[in-house]
Amino acid sequence: MYLYSLTLQRATGVVCAVNGSFVGGKTQEIVVARGKTLELLRPDEAGRIQILHSVEVFGAIRSLAQFRLTGSQKDYLVVGSDSGRLVILEYNVAAARFDKVHQETFGKSGCRRIVPGEYLAVDPKGRAVMVAACEKQKLVYVLNRDAAARLTISSPLEAHKSHVICYSVTGIDCGFDNPIFAAVELDYSEADLDPTGQAAADAQKHLTFYELDLGLNHVSRKWSEPVDNGANLLVTVPGGGDGPGGVLVCAENFVIYKNQGHPDVRAVIPRRDDLPAERGVLVVSAATHRQKSLFFFLLQTEYGDIFKVTLDHEGGERVKELKIKYFDTIPVTSAMCVLRTGFLFAASEFGNHALYQFQSIGDGPDVEASSTTLMETEEGFQPVFFQPRPLKNLLRIDQVESLMPIMDMKVTNLFEEETPQVFTLCGRGPRSSLRILRPGLAISEMAVSQLPGTPSAVWTVKKNVNDEFDAYIVVSFTNATLVLSIGETVEEVSDSGFLDTTPSLAVSLLGEDSLMQVHPNGIRHIREDGRINEWKTPGKKTIVKVGSNRQQVVIALSGGELIYFEMDITGQLMEVEKHEMPGDVACLDIAPVPEGRQRSRFLAVGSYDNTIRILSLDPDDCMQILSVQSVSSPPESLLLLEVKASTGGEDGADHPASVFLNAGLQNGVLFRTVVDMVTGQLSDTRSRFLGLKPPKLFSAMVRGRQAMLCLSSRPWLGYIHQGRFLLTPLSYETLEYASSFSSDQCAEGVVAVAGEALRVFTIERLGETFNETVIPLRYTPRKFVLVPKKKHLVIIESDQGAFTAQEREENKKVFFEATGIGENGTANNGDQMENGGGDNDEEKDPLSDEQYGYPKAVSDKWVSCIRVLDPRTGETTSILELQDNEAAFSVCTVNFHDKEHGTLLAVGTAKGLQFLPRKSLIGGFIHIYRFIDDGKGLELLHKTQVDGVPLALCQFQGRLLAGIGPVLRLYELGKKRLLRKCENKLFPNTIMSIHTYRDRIYVGDIQESFHYCKYRRDENQLYVFADDSVPRWLTAAHHIDFDTVAGADKFGNIFFARLPQDVSDEIEEDPTGGKIKWEQGKLNGAPNKVEEIVQFHIGDVVTCLQKASLIPGGGECLIYGTVMGSLGAMLPFTSREDVDFFSHLEMHIRQEHPPLCGRDHMAYRSAYFPVKDVIDGDLCEQFPSLTPDLQRKIADELDRTPGEILKKLEDIRNKII
Amino acid sequence: MQAIDRLTIDSQLEHLQAEYVGTGHADLNRFGWAVNIQRDSYASYIGHYPLLSCFASAENESVGWERYNFMQKVLLPCGRPPEREGD
Repeated sequence: MYLYSLTLQRATGVVCAVNGSFVGGKTQEIVVARGKTLELLRPDEAGRIQILHSVEVFGAIRSLAQFRLTGSQKDYLVVGSDSGRLVILEYNVAAARFDKVHQETFGKSGCRRIVPGEYLAVDPKGRAVMVAACEKQKLVYVLNRDAAARLTISSPLEAHKSHVICYSVTGIDCGFDNPIFAAVELDYSEADLDPTGQAAADAQKHLTFYELDLGLNHVSRKWSEPVDNGANLLVTVPGGGDGPGGVLVCAENFVIYKNQGHPDVRAVIPRRDDLPAERGVLVVSAATHRQKSLFFFLLQTEYGDIFKVTLDHEGGERVKELKIKYFDTIPVTSAMCVLRTGFLFAASEFGNHALYQFQSIGDGPDVEASSTTLMETEEGFQPVFFQPRPLKNLLRIDQVESLMPIMDMKVTNLFEEETPQVFTLCGRGPRSSLRILRPGLAISEMAVSQLPGTPSAVWTVKKNVNDEFDAYIVVSFTNATLVLSIGETVEEVSDSGFLDTTPSLAVSLLGEDSLMQVHPNGIRHIREDGRINEWKTPGKKTIVKVGSNRQQVVIALSGGELIYFEMDITGQLMEVEKHEMPGDVACLDIAPVPEGRQRSRFLAVGSYDNTIRILSLDPDDCMQILSVQSVSSPPESLLLLEVKASTGGEDGADHPASVFLNAGLQNGVLFRTVVDMVTGQLSDTRSRFLGLKPPKLFSAMVRGRQAMLCLSSRPWLGYIHQGRFLLTPLSYETLEYASSFSSDQCAEGVVAVAGEALRVFTIERLGETFNETVIPLRYTPRKFVLVPKKKHLVIIESDQGAFTAQEREENKKVFFEATGIGENGTANNGDQMENGGGDNDEEKDPLSDEQYGYPKAVSDKWVSCIRVLDPRTGETTSILELQDNEAAFSVCTVNFHDKEHGTLLAVGTAKGLQFLPRKSLIGGFIHIYRFIDDGKGLELLHKTQVDGVPLALCQFQGRLLAGIGPVLRLYELGKKRLLRKCENKLFPNTIMSIHTYRDRIYVGDIQESFHYCKYRRDENQLYVFADDSVPRWLTAAHHIDFDTVAGADKFGNIFFARLPQDVSDEIEEDPTGGKIKWEQGKLNGAPNKVEEIVQFHIGDVVTCLQKASLIPGGGECLIYGTVMGSLGAMLPFTSREDVDFFSHLEMHIRQEHPPLCGRDHMAYRSAYFPVKDVIDGDLCEQFPSLTPDLQRKIADELDRTPGEILKKLEDIRNKII
Repeated sequence: MQAIDRLTIDSQLEHLQAEYVGTGHADLNRFGWAVNIQRDSYASYIGHYPLLSCFASAENESVGWERYNFMQKVLLPCGRPPEREGD
């Protein structure tokens, strides 16, 4: 089996982010690393985050830093990854990509203990960069520029010290003196040798300054001083002329200012009132804001509170006071960036990212903690408390959706739509949600207005070619035409000159400033000064089809006669030529007039005899047939579209555009073919099934470029995104007719008719594969099941170290009474316990949990609930909060064979579960619930105590199979409890998944991969007859076929395990079962071993797997979801030819276009196990982004043209989604 | 001849151990081996962000706290070292 792996939705979580001026000039951009992808973002004027560029690097990005050479206008990006290489990137604006400036190898690849890459620090003046490992190694590279102002890099200078752990590094701002780097270090050499444990207890963290002597080209340890043992993060303090220099050491509960030859200035980080006493406060992310005369730091704690830290310093030398002031609370971030334009980009560690605007910088005099008020008592420093409050200094203006972490996923067509929906459980704690993903682009509806009748078509038209916005919306009905003028409001007008007593066939702008209306009986040409020229059809013929652009009009009369008109110099529409077609014309189209030309050369005509003809419009050979294409079904609609497939060659010149002829056929297929610009010959055809209705094609504008709207049983948009042509469905209802729309309120919209309504909408988040509907949840969701007949979902949610909803409500009430906030109380009654929908939490209760997080409880306290949810309405029909410290971990539906109760719900729970210091629990339970109220509610039938955590439940032959720790047990339903029927205790560790098929049971162990079992009813015994030879730490499993299971391990690999055919046959042919019963394996293993037939490193922890097809009639593929919030698919190849083609393509791209961050592609995909039988579609899809020369080179090697390769790539993607 | 061989092998090993922390040797005891494995594991957890966030969501802590905690554990991952015998 060969698979094609393709990421459908790139990771949405953020590992780290830096801001800088990467494009050059005044603008500021943000670079975010999303695990294995690097993205360049920029907030636009409206404050919406736009993705400028996104690239997959095939390596784990661990750190980012940005620097600028003095006097330069542009920032460089340094990337620390798992490649064992230091990579410096520069954003190439012309080609819209990152260019690798330098790549310096310093060690082995992989995330190793002593190979640098974990930490990066740059000298604030951009003269040196330090790259450090968790332990021992630190390397310093000197950066400089040569005569041609190119960036140069030195060979590495070592600053190693063995047996030293490093917590954080940063560059010290010391003006133009020798560059200094600071590091928090801990020496463990003595702790390893001292059996009494004294040395370990005495181990002391040090703050060490490393000085790079630029003259001697040498790094030395300049200064080292003990620092608080809770230190975890360093923040550079501006120096030189701007400030006192030195560093802020963020430690557990404290922020300390340190510098060489300066006494420590320490202040305590304020704590929330409700924090348990044993918990510390740790700073997890930091951002610095610098202006000419002022600087401050924003430090965020692990609970989400942001503190503003300011230093009171005199003369730029001595620091008198360190002040900590509570700023605001936002969800915990992995990185924060303060932009010069007054924005704060907050990359959340889980859940949606946000862009905030500064309302003020919190410079009131009321400071929570300060170094001068620090109180030291015998028990240590006195803590300072504060109360979080609603946002005061920040205002959220945009958010970026993030699925991170996906906890569980199911693909099913629950809503009976055209394509299946992906149900994902996302997020954590108060920000968790159920997200329903549908393939397609999200749209935002601007207006819907009812019309008096059922419209058949709609157009928008400008009054003058230079106008920015459209002037009229013209709607045609079966016997009338309605003209609406666009202004402040949209209203009907009668002075437009359009004939309103007849239906219209086309309305457009002609020439510079005249309008044209084509109706069945003629053409009405409305000149700018109001004169009207009317052309009438000869005899009783009527016009059936029209094609036009700004200079040319072609009409088709009934009977198949074509008449061609052209605008002459005086602005008159003149008949030029006639042509008789063999039969009625089904559709026709003329391409827009090319820039600088008088007319477009091609006319496309579709006929009912299943052909499309290209006719010339040149005066020399006017109406000559240039080429004929036969198609599978009569064409319904035609559109000639100019596509600039890729931009920027080696010299930055635009790649020549090609004209595509698009045809919507009556069988629902969209047919695309390239038209040769000179000869009009058609070549390179592609077709795609769009829906049940014949697609109607319309041209639209997307980001200033021509795009195509296809209206079939659902609307589609064909547009260019990052150099590639994408055809994506829109998540909207069926539309009849559409036209592009541009007005004051929306620059690039679409106006469409459907039913009796006129709809105006815009298309959002271009380039995304899915759009989502969010339903908020209460706690971290763990798993869910679909209740098949009722179409409800049952979700189990549980959180460690949190308070139950009731306790929180009571605490809140007490707090609000004390402070007087929210006295009206309306926002906080019981039904508000769910978290907000994401967009609308501003007007909600003043302290929404979504923003502030749940208050922390002691770590062995659990909260959990079981929820029944109707996904159609998003309404929770029933919610059971578990009591007594119980938490739910597994769920399944089960039909016991006595059929008394019908479908029941089994939930596995654990009471008083503790992970540290050792995993322990008071007891495990299996709850059995009955559905009541037509599946909307749950009623507890009984509860059975078991001796471990039931992590896996599954129905099997009318009974319930449960994996409880290392025991696999079969239960029968009893009156008062479940009854044990049979068990097997021989599993190595903990059972985490159970799948069944016929009489086979596929058990996944948390550490030891899969075990294949068989249940023998006559002997009532469970045997393990095969297992895996590889220790796999399973995180997800899915049954594929009788002999095969797919699994994912926690190191980010996906694999398929298959029982060899002969072994499988042997087992099935063993009638007595005696053989497997007595057969013994070696070393306590099973007698047979499965083979791993597929290996692939995803590079992300896969949490859920499912075999499903995302498009109707598409092949089934394996869909996976990951912790970082990405979704991907693995499609099995159906032909050997394709396998050969794609493996060669992959091989060539690997050689010609190595990954950006220096990790070898093959090595990355084989990080834990050598990649086997999987072709990396993400790499293959980088083909369109290569330079044309390189594309041609690779295509030549494959004996194909680049166009053919692009078509192949498009085809295989269309098979998946 | 053999003695020289042994000497070079020893010195090579020594060099290897100096350069690559965690490389095993013939005299490695159970404790030293376990400590190396643990430290390598912690470094790997810290380096792989998805894994770190996986732990964070399991323990309901922030990713930053998990990272700090793993770093702290590197100091003494397997408890106190055993008493040395003989010398």
